[in-house]
Amino acid sequence: MMGLRLGSIRVLALLAGLAVLAACGGSGSSAGKGSVHVLAVWSGSEQASFEAVLKPFEEQTGIKVLYESTRDLDAILQTRVQAGNPPEIAAAPSPSTLTTLANAGKLVQLDNGILDMSTFNAQYAPGWISLGKINGKLYQIFSWAAVKGLIWYDPKNFAAKNYQVPDSWDSMINLQSTIKGAGTTPWCIAVESQAASGWPGSDWVKEIVLSQAGPDVYNSWWQGKTKWSDPAIKAAWQTWGTVLGPGNANVYGGKNYILSTNFVNGGDGLFKKPPKCYMHNQASFITDNFVKQNAGVKAGDDFKFFPLPDVNSQFAGAHVGAGDAFSMLKDTSQARALIKYLTTPEAQAIWVKRGGKLSPNKSFDLANYPDEITKQVAQVMTGAKIFAFDAGDLMPTDMRNQYWKAVLDFVSDQSKLDSILAKLDAVQATAYK
Amino acid sequence: MDLSQLLADVPTLVAVIIGVPAVLAAYIVGGEYLVRLLPDKLRPSVRPWIWVGPALAFVAAFLVYPVFGTAYRSLFDKQDNFVGLSNYAVQLGGFPSGGAWIAIRNNLYWLVFFTLLVLIFGLLFAVLTDRVPYESPIKSLIFMPMAISFVAIALIWKFMYSYQPPGEPQTGTINAVLSVFHQDPRLWVQDPNVANQALIVAGVWGFVGFALVILSAALKGIPGDLLEAARVDGAGELTIFRRVIFPLMMPTIVVVGTTLVIFALKAFDIVYVMTNGNYDTDVLANRMYKLITIPDTGNAAAVAVVLVVAVIPVLIFNLRQFRAVEARR
Amino acid sequence: MTIASEQVATPAAERRFSPEWIGQVFSKILLHAAVIGITLVWIVPTLGLLVSSFRPLEDFASSGWWTALSPPFKFTFDNYQQVLDSSNLGNSFFNSFMITIPATVIPVTIAAFAAYAFSWMKFWGRDFFFLALVGLLAVPLQATFVPILKLFLQLGLTPENVGFVGLWLVHTGYGLPFAIYLLANFFRALPTDLFESAEIDGAGTLTVFFRIVLPLSVPAIASLIIFQFLWIWNDYLVALVYVGGTPEFAPLTVTLANLVGSLGQGYQLLTAAAFFSMIVPLIVFFSLQRYFVRGILAGSVKG
Repeated sequence: MMGLRLGSIRVLALLAGLAVLAACGGSGSSAGKGSVHVLAVWSGSEQASFEAVLKPFEEQTGIKVLYESTRDLDAILQTRVQAGNPPEIAAAPSPSTLTTLANAGKLVQLDNGILDMSTFNAQYAPGWISLGKINGKLYQIFSWAAVKGLIWYDPKNFAAKNYQVPDSWDSMINLQSTIKGAGTTPWCIAVESQAASGWPGSDWVKEIVLSQAGPDVYNSWWQGKTKWSDPAIKAAWQTWGTVLGPGNANVYGGKNYILSTNFVNGGDGLFKKPPKCYMHNQASFITDNFVKQNAGVKAGDDFKFFPLPDVNSQFAGAHVGAGDAFSMLKDTSQARALIKYLTTPEAQAIWVKRGGKLSPNKSFDLANYPDEITKQVAQVMTGAKIFAFDAGDLMPTDMRNQYWKAVLDFVSDQSKLDSILAKLDAVQATAYK
Repeated sequence: MDLSQLLADVPTLVAVIIGVPAVLAAYIVGGEYLVRLLPDKLRPSVRPWIWVGPALAFVAAFLVYPVFGTAYRSLFDKQDNFVGLSNYAVQLGGFPSGGAWIAIRNNLYWLVFFTLLVLIFGLLFAVLTDRVPYESPIKSLIFMPMAISFVAIALIWKFMYSYQPPGEPQTGTINAVLSVFHQDPRLWVQDPNVANQALIVAGVWGFVGFALVILSAALKGIPGDLLEAARVDGAGELTIFRRVIFPLMMPTIVVVGTTLVIFALKAFDIVYVMTNGNYDTDVLANRMYKLITIPDTGNAAAVAVVLVVAVIPVLIFNLRQFRAVEARR
Repeated sequence: MTIASEQVATPAAERRFSPEWIGQVFSKILLHAAVIGITLVWIVPTLGLLVSSFRPLEDFASSGWWTALSPPFKFTFDNYQQVLDSSNLGNSFFNSFMITIPATVIPVTIAAFAAYAFSWMKFWGRDFFFLALVGLLAVPLQATFVPILKLFLQLGLTPENVGFVGLWLVHTGYGLPFAIYLLANFFRALPTDLFESAEIDGAGTLTVFFRIVLPLSVPAIASLIIFQFLWIWNDYLVALVYVGGTPEFAPLTVTLANLVGSLGQGYQLLTAAAFFSMIVPLIVFFSLQRYFVRGILAGSVKG
């Protein structure tokens, strides 16, 4: 028994054809001035801010910006690059990823006719420009910056106990002992961050390396030339150990709390009644979390900051910062237009006004900063005598991952420092090849 | 929501829903028609290939071809130089704690405990719910975690394992239960002593629904009269399970078990989101992912090959089961 | 049946308050207690997530979710509101359907054909191919992205050209090993006499497949549909790699993942997002529940 007759086969074939046609309908919406793909990690409210930055560009030029965001940026970007289908523009918090791409020849050089270098050189400090250069060629531009090493505190709590804001490392250590003597842990630290757990601790260590050992050691360290077991680097870890206290006694909740608490909740202890801690070291973006997670908390009244004091007066005024860099992976006229736009102070101002970012552009108007605290942070950045970029972000990915892991191991057991440094050296030996 | 765009696309979706099975049905009918044109003797040798053809083509294109590409890639280093098997030396060297051995050890934990626990709970729920009238709602509740994405499962268990210092009100469910019994709260996922187990519990919880659904389907395939007859004969429930249900479900248990073992070897999401391999919890898939992001595709490929090769014992076991079932026919 | 056998004495368990009767009641109670008890413990984490999704961010890190169940209740719809307000929600919801439905239908159909051949036909290399198929279950997906992407680019199977077709093909390839493995197991379990009687009746391959094998394997096919659907519905990485996360093509998983900032800000929204996303797979599960019934085989061989 055949079962199905030829007639039904014809009907099936017709439906099949319709299906194929429908599927291929796709969405040919490429009319107009073209489009440019941008890949970055910004999602949630950051995405809203970035899209606000892009809006005037789209309106003025008619170019459509197709923005994609993912937290798995490194993996997705590498996959697309290797498959031969990169986005035109990519932004990553870690220049190390983009550096790897530059060395593989996958990035478009920017100072070779794409950017107006005279304007660019005028608007950006040499530090920012040289950060974007690999082998003397410009591959990355920085649109936004952040400052690390800001110690947040609740001025009301300080006033209640008559604590003075420390102006030197020694006075900070003294304050630390005073608070401890009065029965509270002086510090709040939280390092959990899913796949990146450990990074807040790594900020502590790199800030100390810069301030204690100086920029030359700092640079040769992240370049892989100075070993982790070098006395200068080891000393930095030990200095952090004095902040943590033996067995992390100076930190709220000790090792357990440090390791298991997500960094966004790290500063909440400042605002509890009675306060669980008095100081919290974190970059400028944490203020958003303070306000959203703790009812009634207001900038200036309930939280202020002082910059991490200099460990070594020889290297006074040293600060670590970070930034958002853009690179171009495919040379199209639309991509050129966009990357030029992203270097302008007008574009950068849009996000800065919404809060959470600083601008590295010299011609940026300070009045654009949305509040007093952000303005003060910007002044730290512009006034820094030694401003260094986040060492972890400059290291190769596997080195940085081991660095973060080392933080977790150190917090778990400070006495294991030597074996921790040995493991770091082992990774360093292969990571920079 | 842009309704006008929605209305334009719905016909597309409907066309696809109807059209795709139509295409495939047309294919098989057309194929059968062609086979009928052949002489009787040739039919049994040609026919299977029509039925298996599309599957083999898809699998060859999307799985086999990349596997060969991956194996090839594993012979090169970061700078694209040919290095032969040295990536494998890196991954498999330094036994017992170097290279990939910690990850391999952890995958073995997953393999044993994840598989056993999911199977046991799945079987337990399948058999128990079969005997109660409110089977459907219970199965839905047990199944629910499967419907949640792994990222959300990791979030749920993060809350479950949350820690506050002793004396403070606990925010994590498990530590809260501990405090009810006047025990101190403790770290779970960040403690290398229990981290693997903590992750496996989360994984098991999320996956029992899988075993439940399939084992339940198999259970329904056991003819009701068989079970009734056994009961009338006076057999106790436990005996019925041991002598009737379990043996008849064995082939399905092998299928579910095999799938679970392979998933355990590929375990990634839970580990990636909750610890990223820290605290001694690294697994092969996570290790591979980290290598991809460096990028060190040669070493990543080597890990992938190790993973696929590790599955061979499972295949041998399946082959034996296979042959046993065939022999009984 | 002779009349004599109907006069057998009432079984012991049916006599009220006999030890056997008490034994039966007791085990019934035990059964219900076990089922309900284990289920209650099982759903605690999900319940925690549900309650958390109605709590404001401030409460998340400061108190356990169970505290919200006693006064003062501080419930809020804020999280759900933000999820529903998120940009591109409607479009990505629709995209998820456009991706998931074909990517479920195609592999299930192709797998059914192949599983039938593997279980009831003999051909050269059958066992080898079948085992190879099971082995391919172990292939980690990340290892396949670059070669397949390259291939798609060469063939022009990009989202701009063909929409989601590339993604359907990929999901089919990825899903076939498990699908065939599962279905072949169930097909093989069908009684041989079925096929013999069909052959005697003169039924051809197609008839046997469509009229006997498929109807009798409905629970297995229903299970497969449920799993394939929910794996693709919840998939994030594969979609991101093959069609990207631009608003036009992004599925629901990408849109919901983007509710959270790159540093984890807004994680409380994930609780509401998880439940919002869960609705569709649960509906699929519920609607296929009626196929999980016993007794389809009963009486199919006799007569």
